[in-house]
Amino acid sequence: MNEITRQLRERAKQLLQEGTVDCVIGYAQGSVPMQEQPFFAYTPEEADKLVWTGFCTNNLANFLIKRSGKNAVVAQGCVSRNIVGLIKENQVQRENVYILGVHSPGMIDAHKVQNHFPGKTIVQVEEDGKDIVVQGMDFEERLPRKKFKRDNCFTCTHRNAVLYDEFIGEEGPQTGGGKIDNVAAPWEKLDSDQRWEAFEQTFKDCIRCYACRNVCPLCYCDVCFVDENNPQWVGKSLHEPDVYTFHILRAFHCAGRCTDCGACESACPVGIKMRRLTSKIEKDIRQLYGYQPGLDLETPAPLSLYQPNDPDVAE
Amino acid sequence: MHDKIIAKKDLDSFVRSLAQSRDVFAPVRDKASMGWAQIDSADNLEFDFLNTDFSPKAFFFPQNERLMHFTNSSRDEDGMIMEEEPPRDREQVLLNIRPCDAKAFCVLDLVFCQDENAPDVYWKDKRDKTVLIGLACKAPCPTCFCTSVNCGPHHEEGLDMLLVDLGEDLLARPLTDKGQELAADLQDAPQEAVDQAAGQKKASEEAITSTVDMSKINERPVLEEYEHPYFDRVFEACINCGTCTFYCPTCHCFDIQDETQDEFGHRVRNWDTCMSWLFTHHTSGHNPRGTKKDRVRQRFMHKFKYMPIKLGGAIGCVGCGRCTRKCPVNIDVRTVVNSMNE
Ligand code: SF4
Ligand code: SF4
Ligand code: SF4
Ligand code: SF4
Ligand code: SF4
Repeated sequence: MNEITRQLRERAKQLLQEGTVDCVIGYAQGSVPMQEQPFFAYTPEEADKLVWTGFCTNNLANFLIKRSGKNAVVAQGCVSRNIVGLIKENQVQRENVYILGVHSPGMIDAHKVQNHFPGKTIVQVEEDGKDIVVQGMDFEERLPRKKFKRDNCFTCTHRNAVLYDEFIGEEGPQTGGGKIDNVAAPWEKLDSDQRWEAFEQTFKDCIRCYACRNVCPLCYCDVCFVDENNPQWVGKSLHEPDVYTFHILRAFHCAGRCTDCGACESACPVGIKMRRLTSKIEKDIRQLYGYQPGLDLETPAPLSLYQPNDPDVAE
Repeated sequence: MHDKIIAKKDLDSFVRSLAQSRDVFAPVRDKASMGWAQIDSADNLEFDFLNTDFSPKAFFFPQNERLMHFTNSSRDEDGMIMEEEPPRDREQVLLNIRPCDAKAFCVLDLVFCQDENAPDVYWKDKRDKTVLIGLACKAPCPTCFCTSVNCGPHHEEGLDMLLVDLGEDLLARPLTDKGQELAADLQDAPQEAVDQAAGQKKASEEAITSTVDMSKINERPVLEEYEHPYFDRVFEACINCGTCTFYCPTCHCFDIQDETQDEFGHRVRNWDTCMSWLFTHHTSGHNPRGTKKDRVRQRFMHKFKYMPIKLGGAIGCVGCGRCTRKCPVNIDVRTVVNSMNE
């Protein structure tokens, strides 16, 4: 058991015992490799199931929406930023959430690991310092953890929780080492036809399961526009214009709100890189408005605010 | 019917002869994933794979299927009159399909063809025109549990022929008239090949280590199972995405929509899912499955309680493990069933 897991369990137990919170939302070990399960501990005994590993890829802020009682939640940088966003958007009350801040080591991309072993069955993956040890039905291989991190974790700018009631473990390096501006760069080199082609290539295998939407803490609308049927904005089949409309509109809804947490990409069963779309929007918001979502509770989100000196008004 | 033998090196001519008058589909590797693709030779055939990522249910029940079409004009004499889609004009073969997926079609037959006189014509037309040639499993995946749900790695139900990979050769076991016809030109299998296949069957079955127990679920009255306290917890992590149902070979819920564009319109049937709140939302505004708990409970009660009651014991799960592998929050069907059974 790693040190963070040990401390997390201990604190979760105390918080539940003292009655500071009704529930601690964290992760439990999953039943299949590279897949920890979002877990709700209500009793000190249940707190013993909590884990903190590089396979905690869902965004737990998502589970705070519309939840009653007082909940503690385990939050690394991106997740804490989403909690900040939800508080600003009145989806979560600050006093009802107790944030257990953690530092993210960078999460592992299960798709990348699986793609490294085409056709092989992975039975177990363990983290061992800077490595991951992958065991299959008939093989075992040690791989550098760094090469298998999720794309968003490479370019992460805030690996420590930005808002917390207490911090579990030590704060660590803030950035993932990669340059966040480079993520949007490929788009910027393309003309509009090429962009469309790249876009179509990116989304062609989407099956419209909506895991990307449902796993995202930003997508909390009571009725999503794709589910509206009077009027019906979007068709229901895999007809390309409908699939593309879903993704483009979702990306725009997330503008200035998306923290690049990567949960959407991790959840997608077909491995679609939908961050390709949000990355350009992220950069525009950062450069045009000097704004990064979820860093503090005060600064209003640029797209929910009118200012006479907005960049687009000034032109 | 006699077991036959076919050397892998002769497989190409077998596939080519199949492909002469039929569309032949088989699991083919695409980078890290296995998908179904049309083939006309044995070139890309693989024998070492677990199962395809997607189940083959879309061959009979496509994610989007046009049922009828119409001219979208009330002024036109033929306008707004539904015209049916033509039936399939060719036979098709699904080669190297896994036994669990073939079994899933038998379960779905009980749903789509409940009434012999009024079957779902779209499903039935494709089913009738398809030959299923299965490939027995040598190395089951750790998430496979077919042996617990009336199926198994060498299960024959639903197949026209079962192939068993013996290394250089394949044992070919015809199981129906269609299968026998296809195997007509093949040599009879020597006894040692038959024995080898039997040994492999035993080994594969033993290699499946995960099990589910349904004994108590079966015994308990519906409402008692429905009120099982376990359901108060299992839904918590679920994000209601429906991925599990899209990947499942036996999930079959759908929604029918009319879509129109300019002068043209069609009636399409699309996969839907019990995980979506919209699926059961009434026009009145009432939703009988209004909460996430209701929806998650429905998925498991449907497969493991309602279907067995309604369909003469048939379980709505064949143990392929796809839902467990694909669920983004690790809701594992085996854990759920065993907990429902407590
Ligand atoms: S999770 Fe993937 S497949 Fe599902 S809707 Fe999103 S992009 Fe499409
Ligand atoms: S859109 Fe994706 S990366 Fe952005 S907050 Fe939502 S889940 Fe995270
Ligand atoms: S795949 Fe998992 S999270 Fe998605 S609906 Fe199914 S059980 Fe819920
Ligand atoms: S419920 Fe899961 S294991 Fe069972 S048939 Fe469906 S996908 Fe396979
Ligand atoms: S569930 Fe059984 S039949 Fe299906 S792939 Fe696994 S071992 Fe084969």
